[in-house]
Formats: sequence, C-alpha cells, structure tokens
Amino acid sequence: MKILVIVKQVPDSTTVIKFAASGRDIERGGVKLVVNPFDEFAIELAVRLREARSDVETITVLTVGPASAAEALRTCLAIGADNAIHLQDAAFDSLDELQTAALIAAVVRERGYDLIVRGKQEIDLDSGQLGPALAELLNLPHVGAVTKFELAADGKSAVANRRVEGAEEIVPLQLPALVTVDKGLCEARYPSLPNLMKAKKKPMTALAAADLPGFADAVGGLGGSTLERLEPPPQRPPGKILKGEPEQVAAELVALLRSEAKAI
Amino acid sequence: MGDDILVFAEQRENRLHAGALQCVTAARSLAGKTGGQVVACVIGDATDQAVAAVQNAGVDRVIVVRDASLRLYSPLRYRTALAAAITKVGPRAVLMPATFMGRDLAPRVAVCIRGACATDVVDVSCGQNGAIDARRPVYNGKASCHVTLPANRVAVISIRPNVYAPSSGAAPGAVEPLAFAAAPGDDRVGARELMRAGGEIKDVAEADVIVAGGRSLKSEENFKIIYDLARELDAAVGASRAACDAGYQPHSRQVGLTGKTVTPKLYIACGISGAIQHLAGMRGSKVIVAINTDAEAPIFKAADYGIVGDLFKIVPLLTQEVHKLRHA
Ligand SMILES: Cc1cc2nc3c(=O)[nH]c(=O)nc-3n(C[C@H](O)[C@H](O)[C@H](O)COP(=O)(O)OP(=O)(O)OC[C@H]3O[C@@H](n4cnc5c(N)ncnc54)[C@H](O)[C@@H]3O)c2cc1C
Ligand SMILES: Nc1ncnc2c1ncn2[C@@H]1O[C@H](COP(=O)(O)O)[C@@H](O)[C@H]1O
Repeated sequence: MKILVIVKQVPDSTTVIKFAASGRDIERGGVKLVVNPFDEFAIELAVRLREARSDVETITVLTVGPASAAEALRTCLAIGADNAIHLQDAAFDSLDELQTAALIAAVVRERGYDLIVRGKQEIDLDSGQLGPALAELLNLPHVGAVTKFELAADGKSAVANRRVEGAEEIVPLQLPALVTVDKGLCEARYPSLPNLMKAKKKPMTALAAADLPGFADAVGGLGGSTLERLEPPPQRPPGKILKGEPEQVAAELVALLRSEAKAI
Repeated sequence: MGDDILVFAEQRENRLHAGALQCVTAARSLAGKTGGQVVACVIGDATDQAVAAVQNAGVDRVIVVRDASLRLYSPLRYRTALAAAITKVGPRAVLMPATFMGRDLAPRVAVCIRGACATDVVDVSCGQNGAIDARRPVYNGKASCHVTLPANRVAVISIRPNVYAPSSGAAPGAVEPLAFAAAPGDDRVGARELMRAGGEIKDVAEADVIVAGGRSLKSEENFKIIYDLARELDAAVGASRAACDAGYQPHSRQVGLTGKTVTPKLYIACGISGAIQHLAGMRGSKVIVAINTDAEAPIFKAADYGIVGDLFKIVPLLTQEVHKLRHA
C-alpha cells in the first residue's frame, strides 16, 4: 500500500497579523511557519497505519509552496514519511485552491497511491477545498473531516467516522480513496532530534512548472478565483463590563440580553 | 450559464437546515442584480417537509432529486445529484450552507462542473464585469479576505450559517422532480448510518446559544453548573481545548481553531481566557458574554458584555435569573 500525505506550511496560529503593502498578503518577515495542525493529524494517521500493519510500503509527503516549505516536509519526514515531493515555482503562487488541486492531481495521478490523506482545512486561508477537489479530479471516493478511520485487513476498504452537526456519520468506503482528517482522530507526535537529523538523508524531489509539461492544461480548465485584498476583520464596538454584587450583575446581564441584545 | 441562482437546500431526516433559508436571502440579493430566478434544490429520500419549508421561503422553483440511495449524505451521490440540477438550471451561482455537508460538497461539485469555488463566505455580491465578490474570514478570523470568482465560470459558494437572516416568501415556488441517475463508481462510498449524539443537550454546531466552560471548571462534575444554564437556555455546551484535553468534556464539544467554528446568536464564555485559538472558533458569534475572574483576560476584548467575577457564583445566579424570566 502506498500512502500520500499532502501538507501545507502555514503561519503559526499565534501570529500577529500585519498586512503587506500589496494588500493581498500578510507581512511574512519574522513569522513562525509550522505544518498546518490538521495536516499533522494526517501524517500521524499515515505513520500509525504503518506501525499497525505490515502492508504499508511507502509514505510520501507532498506540498506546494515556496523554498521555506521544505522545512514542513522535513518535519514530516522526521515524523515518519519516507520521501517528499516539493512543488515549487513562482507560477504556482497565483493558483487558487481548485487549480492547486489540479496541479497536485497532475503530479500524483500516475503514481498509484492507495490512500491520500490531508487535514480538513488550512488554518491560514481556511478554505478546506483541496481535499474534496483533489478527490474529484482523481475520480476517488473521499470522506471529509474524519475522526476515526479503520482500514480493513486486506487494505481494500475502510470505515470512517465523521462528526457532523449533532450526529456521527459512519461511512464505509473502497480504496483507493482520499480522506481529510479532523481533530480527535489522534494526537500528533513531535519529531525527535535524532529523527530530524535522519530526515535530512531522506529523498526530496523538487518539481517546477518546467518539469510538468501538462501543467498549464491541467490548471486552465477550472477555478480562477483571485484574492483581491486582505483587511482587518469588522470591528466590534467595545463591550460593557457590568460591575456590582454577583446577584445584581447576574440580573442585569439577563435583562440586557433580553431587552438590548435580544439574544434570549 | 444563465442568470439564475441555485440554492442547495440541505436537509437531514426531512428537516431543512436553517442555513438553507439564509442562503435564499443571499441568493435573492444576487438574483436582484443578475435578473434571474432563485431556484432551490432538495436532495434526499423522504423530503416533503423540507421541500415545503424551502418552497415557502421566497424561491421561484424547487428541484427535488429523490432516491432511496440519497437518504444519507454521500459526497459522490450528492455531487452527482447536485451537478445534474446545475446542468438542468444552468445557474450563474450555486449557494449552500457552510455546514459539514456544504463545506464537503462545494469544492467537489465545483470541480465536477468546472466552476470556481469559495467556502465559508459571510458576504456575497455581484462585482464588476460579471464577476462575483465574496468576503470570508481568514487567519482564524484575524483578517477578512475579498475574493472574486471569474465571470466565465459557475460560482459555487458555501455561506457561513447565521450571517444572513432567513428568507420568507409570498407565493410558493413550483416543484419539479428530477430523476436521479448515479454515476459509475458512486457506490464506492456508502453511508451506513447517522447516529444522533445522545441526550437533550445539543451539539455546538447546530445551536443558537452556546454556554462554554474552560479549564477553570476544574472537573467534569463541576461542568454541571454549565449544563444547568445551558438547559435553561435551550443551549449547547461548548468547551475550551484546555477543558477537553483535561477530560472534563469530550473533544466533540471543543470550540476553536482545532475544534469547531461556531456562529451562534449568543456565546457565553465561562472561565475561558480567550486565547487566540479559542477566539478563532467563536468570534463570529453575534453576541458574546464573558465571565472571568481576571479583568485583564483577553476574552473581554471580544465580549459585548463582561462580568469580572467567579463563575461558580455567577453562573448559578444566571440560571436562576433565566428561569425566572422564562417562567414569569
Ligand atoms: C495549534 C493550537 C490549536 C489550538 N486549538 C484550540 C481550540 O480549538 N480551542 C481552544 O479553546 N484552545 C485551543 N488551543 C489552546 C489555547 O491556546 C488555550 O490554551 C486554551 O484555549 C485555554 O483554555 P482555557 O481558556 O480554558 O484555559 P486558561 O487559559 O487556563 O484560562 C482559564 C481562565 O479562567 C479564568 N478563571 C479561573 N478561575 C475562574 C473562576 N472561578 N471564575 C471565572 N473565571 C475563572 C482565568 O482567569 C483564566 O482566564 C490551541 C492551541 C494551539 C497551539
Ligand atoms: N499543500 C498545499 N500547498 C499549497 N497550497 C495548498 C496546499 N494545500 C491546499 N492548498 C490550497 O491552495 C490555496 C492557495 O494557496 P496559497 O496561495 O499558497 O496560500 C490555499 O488556500 C489552499 O486551499
């Protein structure tokens, strides 16, 4: 069985957002970059499958991103992936989510992965489009936002659970397939220092647009959304702090929620 | 591609999702500009109540795709069904609620019909030269992003729940059945069952009011006061990651960056510091209340109403006050 994990490098969740002069990006200088937390669960799932079974031949980790994204791949190699693919080209920067999926589809289509794993969304642009879009492009079944995943002994099918509004769906699926993973599936592990050293020796393939003759055709037929600008979120008016004895503030709050906020 | 706006009116077990009527409101405003109709699409098995609910909400037509194999959500079958409705209508844009179903389905359908896609949108309008403008929160809600979807492709957009008001209508829209023909391979993913999360307490993703507790609750038993207030308010119980990691609440109740994103009408944060990753999941709530002993806690910066005080005293008093109000 060949497993592909797709990751993205994103700014750490505590990053203080400053807007770049272009208005279309954030100021990247000094920002700490990490593996998207949901993608950490994805690599963890792949590594756990390998630990639990004897039929996992390879775990490949793939990203699209600038030179710095190689660091995210190294982290995943240290956690347990065997090899990495880094799609890096200035031409990839302007692709939207669906086109990024088309780019990845063009690269992985012939490589015969049995299972593709991905976080349910990215914590930067937060779109969550890549997984389902890639599944459609590769004509694979997918299950999104999975919190439990059990692969059958023969590796030909699986049962995935996902939590939806007030309920849990239990979804049987056939492999090859793609799943996106949610929090609760597993705890992600940290790479150890010795493994980070060893990861430097694992193979990493860099591919640019010139290496992919079909690239323009693959991304030309869909998507094309443009990020026009980023701006601060809508501001809330300053809140009211209620002061006084507990009995008094509790009564006052309930009255305000009823009459002023019309929330209860 | 025409001028109509298609709304995927999500239903489960014959109950229309509240977000579907909110999408109709967004669709009406778009159709006002394009000059087209608002067409709803209901997909499922027994769906008459859901169809009736959307039919009377100000839509011109309702397309109903009914089949026993569509009783539960399947990303493949629902993609095939919705793509067929899109082919039939030829809309300018397709809107759906950004629920677990909608967020999952939108990108898949967008690829299937070679359209463009934007997810979790809070504001949508017709832009210049036929493009569609969408605004969506990014970077954990620390920024807002404007995207345009090109004029030459169908725009598939999921709309964040509780941002638009629900639509209500005058004359009922005409119902048109559309036969379902599964695509080859659609049976590669099934839907075995839908297990309702037990108990009378709702899930955070479907509640209008959420009462949430943090690490400061100190134990699972102490969460009882949070549940008491929630029951009085017909609310869901949420929790911070610290509270979930400590085992006081299941991870399914976690709100935040790696938990659920919620946009209820009222969010009451009890003993939650307001770490950026928690705010990421709840700052889109309409009204936010914070109760915290620390006047400097960051949650107060996000709150509309704050009480600096001990939650163990305040929360039971709130429960009493709400009870009085409800039984007055
Ligand atoms: C990648 C990543 C993802 C994360 N995802 C999430 C997420 O999804 N959701 C999430 O919540 N967190 C998330 N976190 C964790 C987050 O950073 C915080 O650690 C967490 O939210 C803190 O939870 P808390 O507010 O309950 O606890 P604390 O920060 O310990 O705050 C407790 C608060 O309770 C107050 N308090 C104490 N006693 C009382 C009392 N008697 N009455 C009233 N107030 C009292 C204190 O003043 C304090 O403000 C994430 C972190 C990372 C790094
Ligand atoms: N591994 C990945 N590398 C780059 N882009 C990705 C990746 N996964 C998903 N994407 C999508 O591609 C879009 C554009 O990425 P970017 O311009 O790099 O922020 C993002 O919003 C993501 O949805």
